[in-house]
Amino acid sequence: MSALLVPLADFTAPKIEYGELAPLLIVFIAACAGVLVEAFLPRPLRYPVQLALSIVSLVVAGGVTVLSMWDKDRLIAAEGAIAVDGPALFVWMTLLGLSLISVLMFAERSVDGGLSAFAGQAAAVPGSEAEREATALRVEHTEIFPLTLFAIGGMMLFAAANDLLTLFVALEVFSLPLYLLCGLSRRRRLLSQESAMKYFLLGAFSSAFLLYGIALIYGYTGTMSLGGIADALPNKIGSNAMLLAGMGLLAVGLLFKVSAVPFHAWTPDAYQGAPTPVTGFMAACTKIAAFAGLARVFYVAFGGERWDWSPMIWVVAILTMAVGSIVAITQTDVKRMLAYSSIAHAGFLLTAFVGAAQLGSGVTRGVTSMQAVLFYLVAYGFATIGAFAVVTLVRDAGGEATHLSRWVGLGKKSPLLAGIFAFFLLAFAGIPLTSGFTSKWVVFTAAWTGGAWPLVVVGVLCSLVAAFFYVRVIVLMFFSEPSAEGPDVALPGWQTTVAVSLGLAATVVLGIIPGPVLDLAARAGEFIR
Amino acid sequence: MNFPWLTVCLLLPLVGALAVMLVPKASARTAKRVALGFAVVTFVLVAIVAIGFKADGPEPYAEDHTWIAAFGAHYALGLDGIGIVLIVLTALLTPVVLVASWHDARGGRWSERSFFAWILALEALSIGVFAAVDVFLFYVLFEATLIPMYFLIGGFGGAQRSYAAVKFLLYSLLGGLLMLASVIGLYVVSAQEGPPSYLISDLAQLDMGTNTERWLMLGFLFAFAVKAPMVPFHTWLPDAAAEATPGTSVLLVGILDKIGTFGMLRYCLGVFPNASEWATPVVLALALVSVLYGALLAIGQTDIKRLIAYTSISHFGFIVMGIYALTSQGMTGSTLYMFNHGLSTAALFIVAGYLISRHGSARIADYGGVEKVAPVLAGTFLFAGLSSLSLPGLSPFISEFMVVAGTFSRHKEIAVIAVLGVVLAALYILIMYQRLMTGPLENDRLARMPDLRFRERLAIAPLILLIIGLGFYPKPVVDVIKPAVEATMTQVGVTDPEPEIPVTEGER
Repeated sequence: MSALLVPLADFTAPKIEYGELAPLLIVFIAACAGVLVEAFLPRPLRYPVQLALSIVSLVVAGGVTVLSMWDKDRLIAAEGAIAVDGPALFVWMTLLGLSLISVLMFAERSVDGGLSAFAGQAAAVPGSEAEREATALRVEHTEIFPLTLFAIGGMMLFAAANDLLTLFVALEVFSLPLYLLCGLSRRRRLLSQESAMKYFLLGAFSSAFLLYGIALIYGYTGTMSLGGIADALPNKIGSNAMLLAGMGLLAVGLLFKVSAVPFHAWTPDAYQGAPTPVTGFMAACTKIAAFAGLARVFYVAFGGERWDWSPMIWVVAILTMAVGSIVAITQTDVKRMLAYSSIAHAGFLLTAFVGAAQLGSGVTRGVTSMQAVLFYLVAYGFATIGAFAVVTLVRDAGGEATHLSRWVGLGKKSPLLAGIFAFFLLAFAGIPLTSGFTSKWVVFTAAWTGGAWPLVVVGVLCSLVAAFFYVRVIVLMFFSEPSAEGPDVALPGWQTTVAVSLGLAATVVLGIIPGPVLDLAARAGEFIR
Repeated sequence: MNFPWLTVCLLLPLVGALAVMLVPKASARTAKRVALGFAVVTFVLVAIVAIGFKADGPEPYAEDHTWIAAFGAHYALGLDGIGIVLIVLTALLTPVVLVASWHDARGGRWSERSFFAWILALEALSIGVFAAVDVFLFYVLFEATLIPMYFLIGGFGGAQRSYAAVKFLLYSLLGGLLMLASVIGLYVVSAQEGPPSYLISDLAQLDMGTNTERWLMLGFLFAFAVKAPMVPFHTWLPDAAAEATPGTSVLLVGILDKIGTFGMLRYCLGVFPNASEWATPVVLALALVSVLYGALLAIGQTDIKRLIAYTSISHFGFIVMGIYALTSQGMTGSTLYMFNHGLSTAALFIVAGYLISRHGSARIADYGGVEKVAPVLAGTFLFAGLSSLSLPGLSPFISEFMVVAGTFSRHKEIAVIAVLGVVLAALYILIMYQRLMTGPLENDRLARMPDLRFRERLAIAPLILLIIGLGFYPKPVVDVIKPAVEATMTQVGVTDPEPEIPVTEGER
């Protein structure tokens, strides 16, 4: 009994570095405030207030992040739970920027007759009277804004988590809102709900794997903190079966979020069913957070065990590149195609990750793996959100016309839109003078610098296969005659216009003058422990 | 700082392309005139640069700015004797093609102005490719040329244009991406030795391991072999050339494919000298196969444009052979060959285009007796054909002679076999001429075929003049090329073999 009653004098309050953690806290506070807004404000006011709250909080958090990138101090905050280091700040900034664009896309109402892309009343049975009523009354779920903010906060935490428990909590914080958001599509609700269900079930499985891995690692090393694990590992003697199993299970959980093969099965379904703005958000932001988390866990905690995990990641990287590019060829739906493309991109990213060109493995010159991964994530994120924003604009009576056969001859109907989409596709294919080329260059260089040159060769060959299906879409749009009842191109509101233009601008600028962002990524340096 | 002449030469057509796109769609005539104006001004500018170019003096046109410091990439342009010849060729062929294909874009998928704009964009990128002295910049421009060419083939060609355009693109990308792997490898090697740099001058100093150098060289060589194209990576060319408009084919074969042979000379030999020397036997064998196989297939073709495409494969075999013979005569001959082949193939494609546009068919069997109704057309066609088969007195003869002679001094057997290609060339050209132009008129529609119009004669005239002029007096061009070739020879570390003149009793 006495053990439970800790004398007050012995209790020391945990030291929280509020200044350094401000971006994270701002986003979480805004998310909580968003819940209160839902509870207390009348319905008509909610949309503008939620939108303003989200935008302001993201902008302020972004500003604070930029400010803290300026001064050089990097620290482990919150009693060792969160690492506010260069890569974390870089990822935060990227996440906040891309989320801002995503939130704008969520708020877009003008492409679908004054309604957002989200279901009016998610609880109503699809096709039922209640649903029609909700649509007629123009009911909206403004809860999507706080949900998104929670997801963003979770992603930021995930990228900075310095112990395995924080990592797991962050994973759940950003996953649960995403499961919900996936199921909230206004059009094709059954598909949307199915995607949410699949994503949730598989996501829950992967969380279980992750948790099991954490347990094994804890059992082996006796600590949760990443730095502590790294310190404990060299002193271990005897069988390391538990370590290997733990690393494997952890990898499964993390690679699931990255959507690496063979843990990718959810990606096409979730991407296709989710409302397109959410798809863009998931494709860009989830991947960024997941890669940051993956790299942190494996570089910081298991950096010394590189030779144990890198063969596994080699195989996964090759599989991911190959399956992503080859299966994409047969896709007939734009969103599914982009999903497979995002899988292939995960593979390209993994090459840089597994190359591990960093101080710890004796590489002192040239491009580092972290720099490469960070740059790639920025370039890929902007292009992806831009591309999905274009997808929201090609519509017919049933909502978005995502089947590729509906995109035939789009170049005749709307040369500008088709041209922009073609440009994004060329960027994904890695054609020079787009961000796709510089980013591909930089990841392959990091891979080769780390000695993984066979992966580079596989990577360029997969790029060729990938180029084939991107070009196929360009051929469809430009070289084929439009069918009589082709899709309409909706007039975008300012939100979508901003999203597309920012994606386009970033893709051009990062393709021609990538220097500044590359330097920024280089300055982010490596993880601290 | 000097005036950035090369940048201006590069930007001018690009500005022209944008200007053409700004002209309203309805006034296609104005757009075409604007395009032609830009092409002509570019040519004048390039001519000024070429006149100011001193082959063995200091380099007045070099530009060097750091572009992406982290990659070691520079925006660096410069000229040597090989680059300037190809830049002049590019600037010359572009206005010629514009005039020759004045109406060719009418049946296209898009407006006529976009055809002209794409051509100007292609010109800009090609000039950049030939002027770049930084591997990264070269690679970026090399890949970027694919985009205008892809749209030129896919947008304005014949019935199978989409197929041909995609095939062209995928072949080129395959080569380009393998080269990308090598480009990345170069960075890694360069970064290990010091601050990374992609400047050719820095890379040439690198000390690579033997195996590394060989693998990296193979990546480059493969890309260039696809581009050139050499057998067995050639199958995209006949499709592309046959489906594209004649003007596009001229640019494709006359300029774009030259990047392949140019790249072998500047990059394979310049950056990987030892590995290139190691690879000579295989490359020479492939070149020989290209010479003979291209010529044999050309004889068997039933489509005029495909036939010309195969003749080019044979010619590119000669060019590659001259480069990899590693003699100064062979390399000089090859560079001259690139220029002359540009002229003669352009003339051949353009006149063939005139013929095809009159009758609406590219099948050789649909013609006969054209010389009776259109003597000037038939005459220019014969002239272009004779220049293509290297008739003495016309410029291609000199370069072909130099290539064969240069090869002979090191590899007798190869040169002897390659001469068969010259004989086959006479066969494919003369048989084609005979079937198309001589004999009775095939049908009534042929009888009404008009002869060449003023515009068409205007387009072809400069080519004919140059072919004759350089046929008698190639010295100015050779003098420009020679120092660059000698520099390459030094870099590779080879010297011309000593001539084996039998010493007779009397002289002893």
